[in-house]
Formats: sequence, C-alpha cells, structure tokens
Amino acid sequence: MKRVFLFLPLVVALAVGIFLFAGLGKDPTKLDSALIGKPVPEFSLENLADPELTMDTSVFKGEVSLLNVWAEWCPSCWDEHEYLMHLARDKGVRIVGLNYKDQRENAFRFLNRLGNPYETIIFDPEGKLGFDLGVYGAPETYVISADGIVLHRHVGVVNEQVWQQELLPIVNEARGES
Amino acid sequence: MFPELGQLALILALLLAVLLSVVPLAGALTGRDSLQAFARPLASGMFVFTGLAFAILTHAFLVDDFSVAYVANNSNSMLPWYYKFSAVWGGHEGSLLLWILMLAGWILAVAIFSRKLPPVMISQVLSVLGMVAVGFLLFIIMTSNPFDRMLPNIPADGRDLNPLLQDIGLIMHPPMLYMGYVGFSVAFAFAIAALINGRLDAAWARWSRPWTTVAWSFLTIGIALGSWWAYYELGWGGWWFWDPVENASLLPWLSGTALMHSLAVTEKRGVFKSWTVLLAIVTFALSLLGTFLVRSGVLTSVHAFASDPERGSFLLMLLGITVVGSLALYAFRAPVVHVRARYGSLSREIFLLLNNVLLVSATALVALGTLYPLVLDYLELGKLSIGEPFFNATFSPLAVATGLLLGAGIFSRWKKTDGGWLARKLLWPLAVSVLATAAVMIGYGGFAPWAFLGVFTAVWVTVATLWDLWDKSSSRKGRLHGLKRQSRSYWGMVLGHLGVAMVMAGATVVSNYGVERDVRMQPGDTAMAGDYEIVFNYIGERSGPNFSAQYGEFEVRLDGETIAELHPEKRNYSVGMSVMTEADIDAGLFRDVFVAIGERISDDAWAIRLQYKPLVRWLWLGSLVMAIGGFLAISDKRYRIRVKDVKAVEQESGGTAAGKPAEVTG
Amino acid sequence: MRVAMLLLLAAFWLAGPASAEVQEVYDFDTRAEEQRYQQLISELRCPKCQNQNIADSNAPISKDMRDQVYRMMRQGASNEEIVDDLVARFGEFVQYKPPVDKRTIVLWAFPAIAAIGGFLVVAGVLWRARRRNEQDSALSDDEKRRAERILKDQGGSSDR
Repeated sequence: MKRVFLFLPLVVALAVGIFLFAGLGKDPTKLDSALIGKPVPEFSLENLADPELTMDTSVFKGEVSLLNVWAEWCPSCWDEHEYLMHLARDKGVRIVGLNYKDQRENAFRFLNRLGNPYETIIFDPEGKLGFDLGVYGAPETYVISADGIVLHRHVGVVNEQVWQQELLPIVNEARGES
Repeated sequence: MFPELGQLALILALLLAVLLSVVPLAGALTGRDSLQAFARPLASGMFVFTGLAFAILTHAFLVDDFSVAYVANNSNSMLPWYYKFSAVWGGHEGSLLLWILMLAGWILAVAIFSRKLPPVMISQVLSVLGMVAVGFLLFIIMTSNPFDRMLPNIPADGRDLNPLLQDIGLIMHPPMLYMGYVGFSVAFAFAIAALINGRLDAAWARWSRPWTTVAWSFLTIGIALGSWWAYYELGWGGWWFWDPVENASLLPWLSGTALMHSLAVTEKRGVFKSWTVLLAIVTFALSLLGTFLVRSGVLTSVHAFASDPERGSFLLMLLGITVVGSLALYAFRAPVVHVRARYGSLSREIFLLLNNVLLVSATALVALGTLYPLVLDYLELGKLSIGEPFFNATFSPLAVATGLLLGAGIFSRWKKTDGGWLARKLLWPLAVSVLATAAVMIGYGGFAPWAFLGVFTAVWVTVATLWDLWDKSSSRKGRLHGLKRQSRSYWGMVLGHLGVAMVMAGATVVSNYGVERDVRMQPGDTAMAGDYEIVFNYIGERSGPNFSAQYGEFEVRLDGETIAELHPEKRNYSVGMSVMTEADIDAGLFRDVFVAIGERISDDAWAIRLQYKPLVRWLWLGSLVMAIGGFLAISDKRYRIRVKDVKAVEQESGGTAAGKPAEVTG
Repeated sequence: MRVAMLLLLAAFWLAGPASAEVQEVYDFDTRAEEQRYQQLISELRCPKCQNQNIADSNAPISKDMRDQVYRMMRQGASNEEIVDDLVARFGEFVQYKPPVDKRTIVLWAFPAIAAIGGFLVVAGVLWRARRRNEQDSALSDDEKRRAERILKDQGGSSDR
C-alpha cells in the first residue's frame, strides 16, 4: 500500500467538513415553492367580501402582486399585518389576500380590527387553492408576476428585513421586465 | 450561591484537563517519570470536579431553583421528583454536562484499570483523553453554561420538561447512549497513542479491545432504548425511522462493530493494523459527528435539540481539529509495511475482513444518506428527503449479506480453511435453515422475497452459531463439561451473534407481517388487528400530576377470550399546552397489540390506530442479548492475563520461572 | 334439518351486527387497497413537521395530504401519479424515496459500488500478498518463526 492512500480518509473528512460548514446557520426546514416559474394554479373561488363574485387567475394579470395567505386563527398573521398595511399604504404594493381555511365572520373581525391592506381577497374556506399552491402553514407570501407566474415564496412573517432583502429585489426585477 | 460553585467546578475541571493533556504527554515524550506520574491524580481530580458540577446542577433541579435558566426552561415545580432528576439531561446544556461527566468517568476508569500498562503508553492515552475533555469543557463553559442565572427576574415556575421526555425511557436512554459515544474515545486515545509512539502491535489491540467492546455494548443498549422509547412514546408504533439523529447513533455503532472484529484479527494475528487504527479513529469521529448533527441544527429531525449556529460552529471546529489532527497523524505515521500473508483466501482473517467491508459500506451508506440532502442543497440541486424507503431498500441487502457471510465465517479457521471441508460443513446448517425458514413463512402465512431473505439470514446465523457451539463443546467428559470449558469471550461471541439474529428476525417479521390500521371507532365497536379482536368499551377522563387526559378502555380478545385491557390516553399538558398521545400496548414475547387514540372524528367517534406487531420485542431483546455478550466477553480472564503476564515477566527476569500463572489465578 | 339451518342463519344474523367490522377512517374496498394506502402515506413527508411522514403527523397539512391520496386512489390513480401530484404542489421534499436521476444515481448505486469495490480490494490484497509469498518463501522460514515468536511474546495467544 502506498502512503498516498493513507491520506484518503483525511481528504474525505475535509470534504464532508466543507458541506457541514456550509450547512451551518441555514434553516433546513425552509422550502422553495414547487411552483416557481409556473403559473398560479387555476381556481374558481368566491370573493371574501362579495360571495356573488367568482374569482380566478385573471386577478393577477396586468400588475406584479404579492399573494398573502392569511387566516384569523393564525397568530403570526396578526404579527405581520401591520407591516402589510404599511406596504400597501406607503409603498403602493398591490397585495392580493388568500383567506385560508377561515370563516367569513372571523375574517371580517380580523380586518375590522387591523385594517385591510388587500386590494381584493380570495375566500378559500376549504384550503383548495392553498393546497394547490403547496401552502403548508400560514402566513405565506408569494410574489406573482404581471402575467400570473409564481416568482417567489416566503414562508413566515413578512417584516422590513424580509421585504428589503428578499421580496423587494424580486418585485423590482419583475416590474422592470413588464 | 451553589450554581456559581458549579460553574467554578467546571472551570477547575477545565484547568485539570488542560494539565492532563499536556503534562503526562510531555513526560512520556521526554522520558520523565515524575511528569508522567501526574496522569492519574489529574484524571481523578477532573472526575471529582465534573461530578461536583453535575451534583450541583441536579440539586438545583431537585430544589426547584428557577433562578438557573436551564432549570427554569426544563423543569417545573409540579414535575415528579424522578423526572426532575432525569430533566437534568433533558436539554442541551445538561445533557452536554452528562456527556462530559461520562468522559471524565471513562478517563478515571482507564486510569484505574490500566495500572499494568507501560507508563509511557498510559500517559499518552490519558493525555489524548484529556485533550478531548478540554474541547468539551471549553464548549460547555463558553457556549452552553448550564449554570447561567436569570437574575433579577426569577420566574415563579419553570416552563416544564418536554412531555415526550417525561418517561422512563428518557431516564435511561441518553446515559447509555453517551456511555457508548464517549466510550469510543478510549479506543481512539489508544489508537492515537500507538500512532505517536509507533507501537501498533498485538498488545495495543489487546488493550483496546475490552474498552471498545464495553463502549459498543453500552451504545447497543442506548440505541435499543431509544428505539423502544420511540415505539411506545412517540405514539406511532414505529421502532426505527431512519431519522438523522437515529442515524447519527447508528453510524458509530456500525463502525464500532467493524472495529471490534478488526481488533480481533489484529490481536490474534497481528495483521490489518493500519485498517484497525483507522477504524478506531473513524468510530470516535462518527460519535462526534453524531453529537454535532444533533446539536447544530443542520438537519431536520424529530429528536434534535434547539439549534444554535454558534454552538454548531464551535462543535464543528472541535470535530475538525480532532478529525483532521488524528487523520493527519494517521496519514504520516500509520505503517505501510507489507505483512507477508500468513492467511489463505478462506481463512477467518479474510472472512472478518469481508465482514469489515460490508459493515464499513453500511456505515458509509448511512452517512451518505444522512448527509446527501445537505450536499445537494449546498450545490443547489434541490431539497430532497432521504428516508425509510431508501434505507430499507439499500441497507437491507448489506445486512443480509453480512449475516450470510457471518454464518459461513463462524466455521472458518485462522490462517487457512479448506474449501471443500467448509462447503461440506455448511451443507447441513444450510438445509436446516431452509427448512426452518420455510416453516416460519408458513406459520406467518405468506411468502415475500424480502421476508424470506431476512428470516433465512436470521435462522442461518442462529443455526451456524449453535452448530459451532455444539462442535466445540464435544468432550469425552460429557457435553456439560465441554460447554463449561468454553471461554467467556467465546460465549460473548455466541450471544452477540444470536442477538444479531434476533434483531434481524424481529425487524423482518414485524415489517413484513405486522398489521397497521387506522379505523373509525365508537364506544362499543369492535375491530380486528391480525387475529386479535379489539373492543372499544368506553372513553373517560382523568387527571395526572401535571396533565389532564382522555383515556379509552379497550379489550383485546383472541378467539373470543379477553386477554388484555388497554388504556391508551390523549394527554393535555397544562404548562406547555401540548397534546401527547400515550399508546397502550399488550406486550408479549411473540407479538404486541398496540392501540393509540387519534383525533376525534365526530361527537362519539374517534380515529383509532390499531397495530399487530409480531416479534417486535425481539429487536430490543436481541440488542440486550448482544450487549450482554459484549459484557461477558470482556469479563474473560484473558484480558486479565496481561496483568499477570507483566508480573510473570518481572518474575522471570528475577529468576523465577512462572509456568502458566494466568490459567491458575485467572 | 331445515329448522336447524334457519336457526343457524338466525344466529349468524343476530351475531352479525355485533361483530361487523368497523369502518376505516378512510374506507377501502379491499385489504390490499388499504395496505397500499398505508404504504403510500408512510412514504410521504409532512412539509411542515420536523421529520415525520403524513401517516404519523397530526398537522392539518398532513390530513389534507392524506385526503388527497385517498381521493386520488378512489379515482384510480397509480402510486406514481399520486406522488407526482403531491410533488408538483409541495416539491420533491415530500417524498421520502428520492427519485433515481443524475443527482441521486451515486446514492442509489452506493451499496453495490462500496461492497463490490471493497471485495475487489480484498481480492487484490490477497493476490498481491500471495505473489509476494511465492517470491520470497525461501528466505522467509526463519523470519516467519521469529515473527511468530515475537507476536506470541506480545500476547497474541492462539486460543480463541
């Protein structure tokens, strides 16, 4: 056996070490959406405010929007709501709401208390569109392009840092293209 | 006041560890006996101060000292005292302290039981162990101090121990596991010492062997306890999920198993030294890797501690220094001499080497499967999950191959085995095994290829082991005399192999013939699980010391007769607001009947999980048998011969011829 | 005779409801279908949980996924179709069995590579050692004895 071979374990260990080091501080539970680069799944659901109004993917056409998945029962949704208000009011961001597995009364109570940042709200009491989108826990926020393509998903609360570092660059890029 | 003393004790232990890692080694390298003489007192001192720190933390738990942050986070005044005691290692900091206490204990044990070893060797071994201790003491003091106070806002009560951990399984599982993990540090230290002074020989192998075997036995028990605990406590009746943390404990076990066998060859025949020493290093490195994976949060697991990148980087640094240092030493110092082969292609040496090939392949497979998602994520090739179906498909063939080889290898001889003789020897055991396997298949009612292979392997190992025992124990003075004449290490091997066979049988049968059902039941309903009829009598409420529970009463019937009453529960723990499923199990040597309450479907109907688990107990009984085998093997007198040998040599040099003192006094 | 038959039938009829099988949480026509369902849900990962399959997890999303598996099975979908459907929504992360492709071929082939490679190395070691043996067996006899003696002195006793 040549001595060179005795260095093999060291090399393997170093290689493993690099990957372990790279994995540090990353959140292994964070998942990218499977729909990125694909159109928002077809749906036909009621509007939250107006049950007579049926909504579909055309709601995303024409302008870059955020799709925010929320529910009254979701504690983190209460936390992020103020920042969503700020985005809609002060930054002029178009936000479409997806009221997920919720009840109408509760949703209204929530909006009456905290205000309504949404341009329009899709009502999805059974979580159908949520399931098609691959939502696994509210709140989730998607960036949707002007032609209805999913560009990005953020799972968890949206705040200043998430907006500035994660969402805004994607929104800007999408706006530039269209 | 006390907690500060605890911290002080840790700092003193660190100082002693630093001295231990420097002074005796310097003495050994410069040949100064006076410096080497410090090794044992330093080892004892370190143990005393770590023990003191541990005792102080335990005290803080028992008296509900919630000013200590760790106590406040992991205990509660309502907790029964025995859980307060086990809560000491219920979180990251305390379990790390337990880890260190065990390390100090192992170091002390080495200091005590190795009195007859050459002083140079023992000084180096203790120094290397001291270095490991320095690393972990630094880790606990700098990043994970269990004595941190919450001043001045002392909480009125603690946040409670995670209900999953309020269980006898948790009292036992981590200490056993850590005994195993940490125990491999001794084999590692012997390997490093041998590399430093270039004495990789049969004597080195003999000294390392009992330490490795003990550590391995503890680890076996620890893993089995963890599996048993998950089985009844996590509420889903699984016994192995191939979770990263489970894999982390399996890795050193697999390579430790390889190491035990390789050490046997090196001790007996003086060959494969470089390989054996590498295994010793790798096994300990994998123990450290396990610790890293559990505590750094790089992988997602049901069992992981709360992740903290700072701790993660510290541990990775520690792991890096240990592994790079020792493997570099290995690369430069391991012998590359070609030993002339004094063994034939069918010798026991070769069988054991092939066993090592398979065990190391299995180790590498588990490591690869565990870390692969991390690698792909790093290379931005997507997020994959690698779980049970993958490991079942890839690990099983290796396990079967190992078992088949084992059965044949038992009959092999050192140096040379005649091929024709071996083939004839294997013929009858083979026939017996095929028949027995067929009988088992018919008994469980159904042939499946993997079930056949698994059961056949288990039977084959059993038959071969017993056959060999029968051959060896034939004696003119009768069978009993022949059996008594076998050495304890032989009995240890027999039990070890029978234990493996039991685990294989249990794993195969329960996965192939077990029944799992999710049924909708109302009180009064009856459902079948296998041949067992399960009647849901009623559902009631009760309250425990720190929880309230809904419990069901189920009757288990076989052929119309009631054989057991089960009371599974759904518990609500008040402090943490968590819901726990407590399954109830009618346990038996040949089968378990498992009932757990799931969600409420309607006002009076519940989702009930029913399981029939044949031979599931064999998994843990088999592990216990393996571990007993290990303990038996190290109680063999020939590990004490060394002591006598040294004396004999001394006596011989003094002019007295000592015949075979070991045989007489052992 | 006839009366006896009738009595027997009546007994069965009376016994019937008492021992009738309960419903599955999800109802299947055959035991095989039920097993297929159990198998499927045990191989799918809950995206929200730490590391649990959707069979064991109580998370709402797991229930939705179980519902979807059941719904698709009822519609006659194959295992692959069901898994692909969920992967399309939640990503590859949800399958515990990684797909065999360029990225994972090393992983899947690893046991074979490692075991065969290992066996070849052992064979190589044996072959080379034997050739060396033949080359210098003449001068080795004396050395061999000496080596064995040294080994014995160091404690390599030849019992088991």
